Amino acid sequence: MIPAQFDYVRASSVDEAVAALAEHGDEAKVMAGGQSLIPLLRLRLSYPEVVVDVGRVAEMAGVREDGAHLVIGAMTTHHEVIHNELIRRHCGLIAEATETVADPAVRHRGTFGGALAHADPAGDLPAVALALDAEMVIAGSGGRRTVPAEEFFLDYLQTAVQPDEVLVEVRVPKLGEGWGYRYEKFHRVAQSWAIVGVAAAVRRSNGTIAEARVGLTNMGSTPVRASGVEEALNGASLERIGEAADRAAEGTSAPSDLNGKADYREHLARVLTRRAVTAAAGS
Amino acid sequence: MVRIQITVDGQRHEDEVEGRLLLVHYLRDRLGKVGTPVGCDTSNCGSCTVRMDGQSVKSCSVLAVQADGSEITTVEGLATGEWHPVQTAFKECHALQCGYCTPGMIMASIDLLEENPSPSEDEIRHGLEGNLCRCTGYQNIVKAVQYAAAQGGAQ
Amino acid sequence: MTATTEAPAPEVPGRQNVVGTPLRRKEDARLVTGRTRWTDSVAAPGLLHVVILRSPMAHARLTRVDVSGALQRPGIVAAYTGLDLVDDFGGLPTAWTVSEDLKTPSHFPVARDVVRYVGDAVAVVVASSHDAAVDAMEAIEVDYEPLPAVLDMEQAMADGSPLVHDDIGTNTCFTYHEEHGSYQASKAKADVLLTRRYVNQRLIPNAMEPRSVVVDPTGAADSFTIWSSTQVPHFVRIFMALVCGIPEHKIRVIAPDVGGGFGSKLDIYAEEAICLGLAKRLHRPVKWTASRSEDYQATIHGRDVIQDVEIAATSDGKMLGLRVDLLTDMGAYLQLLTPSIALLGRYMYPAIYKFETHSFHCTGVFSNKTPTDAYRGAGRPEATFAIERAVDDLAAHLHLDPIELRRRNWITHDEFPYTTVCGLEYDSGNYEAATDKALELFGYDALRAEQAERRRSNDPVQLGIGVSTYTEMCGLAPSRWLGEQGYVAGGWERATVRMTPLGKVEVVSGTSPHGQGHATTFSQIAADALGVPFEDVEVIVNDTAAVPWGLDTYGSRSLVVGGTAVRRAAEGVVEKAKLLAAHLFEADPADLEFDSGTFRVKGTPSATKTIQELAFASFTSHTMAEGSDAILTADHLVDPETFSFPHGTHLCAVEVDTETGMTKIRRYVCVDDIGKVVNPMIVEGQVHGGVAQGIAQALYEEAVYDDAGNLVTGSLVDYLVPAAPDLPTFETDRTETPSTTNPLGVKGVGEAGTIASTPAVVNAVVDALRHLGVDDVRMACTPERVWRAIHGARGSDDPAPAGSVVYGGATTETTAGGRLT
Repeated sequence: MIPAQFDYVRASSVDEAVAALAEHGDEAKVMAGGQSLIPLLRLRLSYPEVVVDVGRVAEMAGVREDGAHLVIGAMTTHHEVIHNELIRRHCGLIAEATETVADPAVRHRGTFGGALAHADPAGDLPAVALALDAEMVIAGSGGRRTVPAEEFFLDYLQTAVQPDEVLVEVRVPKLGEGWGYRYEKFHRVAQSWAIVGVAAAVRRSNGTIAEARVGLTNMGSTPVRASGVEEALNGASLERIGEAADRAAEGTSAPSDLNGKADYREHLARVLTRRAVTAAAGS
Repeated sequence: MVRIQITVDGQRHEDEVEGRLLLVHYLRDRLGKVGTPVGCDTSNCGSCTVRMDGQSVKSCSVLAVQADGSEITTVEGLATGEWHPVQTAFKECHALQCGYCTPGMIMASIDLLEENPSPSEDEIRHGLEGNLCRCTGYQNIVKAVQYAAAQGGAQ
Repeated sequence: MTATTEAPAPEVPGRQNVVGTPLRRKEDARLVTGRTRWTDSVAAPGLLHVVILRSPMAHARLTRVDVSGALQRPGIVAAYTGLDLVDDFGGLPTAWTVSEDLKTPSHFPVARDVVRYVGDAVAVVVASSHDAAVDAMEAIEVDYEPLPAVLDMEQAMADGSPLVHDDIGTNTCFTYHEEHGSYQASKAKADVLLTRRYVNQRLIPNAMEPRSVVVDPTGAADSFTIWSSTQVPHFVRIFMALVCGIPEHKIRVIAPDVGGGFGSKLDIYAEEAICLGLAKRLHRPVKWTASRSEDYQATIHGRDVIQDVEIAATSDGKMLGLRVDLLTDMGAYLQLLTPSIALLGRYMYPAIYKFETHSFHCTGVFSNKTPTDAYRGAGRPEATFAIERAVDDLAAHLHLDPIELRRRNWITHDEFPYTTVCGLEYDSGNYEAATDKALELFGYDALRAEQAERRRSNDPVQLGIGVSTYTEMCGLAPSRWLGEQGYVAGGWERATVRMTPLGKVEVVSGTSPHGQGHATTFSQIAADALGVPFEDVEVIVNDTAAVPWGLDTYGSRSLVVGGTAVRRAAEGVVEKAKLLAAHLFEADPADLEFDSGTFRVKGTPSATKTIQELAFASFTSHTMAEGSDAILTADHLVDPETFSFPHGTHLCAVEVDTETGMTKIRRYVCVDDIGKVVNPMIVEGQVHGGVAQGIAQALYEEAVYDDAGNLVTGSLVDYLVPAAPDLPTFETDRTETPSTTNPLGVKGVGEAGTIASTPAVVNAVVDALRHLGVDDVRMACTPERVWRAIHGARGSDDPAPAGSVVYGGATTETTAGGRLT
């Protein structure tokens, strides 16, 4: 199949992208690497009149440090993320989870920002961004605004990015000393989406867990923070991980589909959270 | 229509294309590069894998306009007189049967070896996770990549 | 080049006895460099593009199909409904009348009044470009009056069920029954009865090349050339003549490079008729190529059989009688071989075992789904799955090692040839040898010890060991047998071997390769028989103009039947060459010796001529005796006297994570006996690919329909074809018990791996969990199903609810599995 016709606009700056979006509004779709969008266009599940290609906007690519944060350009490809020294050093969880995204060819084209803005709850990176308290920098005609991950993912394939806005970069707090992390992805074949995924980052101190952040993939219409688990892990000894992980499904609304009914997903969330946190805690 | 300039297998092309034109259709229908086949519509099978500026991409999931200014290498552009070692390895190791996945599998294997010149079996299997083969069960493809690596790999 | 009466010397010194060696494939040079010709790559002057609007409804009456909107769009040449095309083609054929009560519904390439599955063709658009055709297709207006969809086989047969075909009056397509001895008598003698229901789920074959058809009507003398991605160019020619009313001699069919088939391209498809009809109507070449998702709806599916199996046995492990009762889903229409598929396996249920009696019953059922037909193994994987699962289950019940139970019941090597309870004569085999070799390779005892230890320590990851000691019947097939079964064609194969003037060899075979490596294998056979270099042989296939006679490739027949024909034809050439040599030497043919391509006059060492030199003498015929036919060409037709019966032992070890239900294959060992081997490299490749597809059925793949009849696994996103990380390294070996029924001593190998592997894997999964009370896990053994099986067995949770998508393609859940009495 071939996509339906659309007008193609290549933006060379954020301003150009924002201007194009302001002009076309709802009828426009932003394209980053196109690895989610192009298959949707081909299957004619999406009919934008205008595609605004931001893939070559230089100011949206690359990774830099900004004090206690890493700033990851939205157009940084998955491949670049995996191999980026700053990300590996300060936010290794992102690199680890990104290695599980799709396959090498898709990772050459697909971008970090594109995956977040697509906001598929089965995607691996939204839960990671959520667990790491990332902040999304969004540009629109009124200037830039920053939205915390918690307020970014609104619903299935829906984010706080408005039709005339574009996600420019993502600010991620660096994980400092004492942090361990793990992304546990459960899927049936290499290419398939996560049935459930768990992103865990844990800071140990004096043999106990001082702080834990846990994000869940595919346990609702948005990525979910397992706050019950985090709360139970706060100050807990390593022996209590299992007990804390039992709260992983609290407050989730897991989907039922071909790969698992909700009760099975809830069970998986508990098992995988235990495994992810245990690995992150280095025990 | 958008004006694009693309170099394919060493040859420079300039064309007017629709925004929606997929790179693979540009290669096959405009340039006659029919050595790169299409196997799916969801970017799962990898049959259409080519290299774009030195990186493997699925040419069914790249718009021709996105490839503007790029250098594309297809399976047809690999052999310059001699076969590429990965092509030789695929024949030597019987890493193909019907051959439909082979162009993509070869391009993905070259990419893998450039990044990791002596991969383990596990690394090979994961490196080829985006390419489906229905004939070989992958075993001889893995063997071919190992064989090519032993012969000096990606060159 | 200077003309000379001397034939040139061979370019390469003749190599002898290449049969049995792993020569690299001749096919590969083109394939690894992209110099290929897939049907979708075929171009013709003035080519038009065809797209097909397909029904989104499983069952509906077409109250209005209006293509006028499409005709307004730019680039559109034509658009037609099914009713517009009634004069262009008739119904599609079914070639196998499996029973007297078989109901064959009308099956038009484009639906005329009712659509019966999601994907049934509703209208066609022809345009100057593919893009224009797709755009215009969206402007076709169709009103569908929904009709109730029939999706479940048992419900379909219940009184009052909606009907897939009103005019037929029932959803039962056919019933078939066969008794060998009195099963009831065996049952009366038995003190153990194993009763099981197994389900072979619906599968999508997924040849990597989606189907494609090009028809060019601009040939000489108003003839039509059809390029089709098909396994059966010869069938396509015959049936297109019949379906489209075009004289057979005006049709040429070419199967160019074909990217895999696995049975799915052993068919006569609507799109072949549509393209031929449109090319005739429009006088322009036309092309149709499926997208993958379209292929999922419009190309046949495989399996979809519910199997009720009963074994009557004694408590000391003697299996007496076997009863099998099948429900097999036809889908909405009958494709070429649809009703025959489950029946092709009926003699394979008794497998390698010495049953006294066998009762077989099968019911074919229509549903509002894509038609089913042959998929790698066609009926035999189903049979092998059922019997090998049942034997493992019986062994568990009897507290016998599954190998031991098999030993007590299988045919021993000194009993061959052996006539089974079904009356088939197995020519040769050695089940003990293959099994012993497999056990040793596998390290069976050590793995059993590890399994015991994991059970003892309550390891969350349990180890399971699965056994499959399969045989199968392939090499389709004796023509007489096929005729008795109600099949419209024979099972012979034909080859021509001819020497060209300069001493090269052309092998013309009626088989039709699509990845198997015929060019290499047949070259090996011809090279040895003629004593010429392998490189000097060219194999000509896949074009009805070049190969007028042939029955194509399926059912692991190409080597056993087609290869035998090549060998015999080559021997015929040698015979003719011998007469020629005798004439040239002025010797008595009886005084000639032929060895390694050279004729010698006994006792006259200087009098030698190679067969390649003789080819030139044959061409010039300067010295021929009047009336002699010295042209070095010979034909041979082989009609096999029986089937081919490969066998082997496959052992699988899996690790099952009981917390998540995930299964990982740790070891896969197979020892196959396919008799003599022409090219061990190709054979091993066939085993790898076959085993991979069988594993895929066991663990990953399943075509799932929802309760409205939509194919939920409608693309490669949801239908899980395994990639490289999802499969293990296979450890393969062979034993070699030559077939006694063909001169090559070979047995078929194309389907063996698929037939053998599925039960080995599922047996391993169940074996890992038996101590937890699990005695079955339905395929595909997804993590969720495994997890539910564990929980169901513990009584802490229900297994998957009936009819839910958790059970996917086979929504029939009227039993909760088997029982033991």
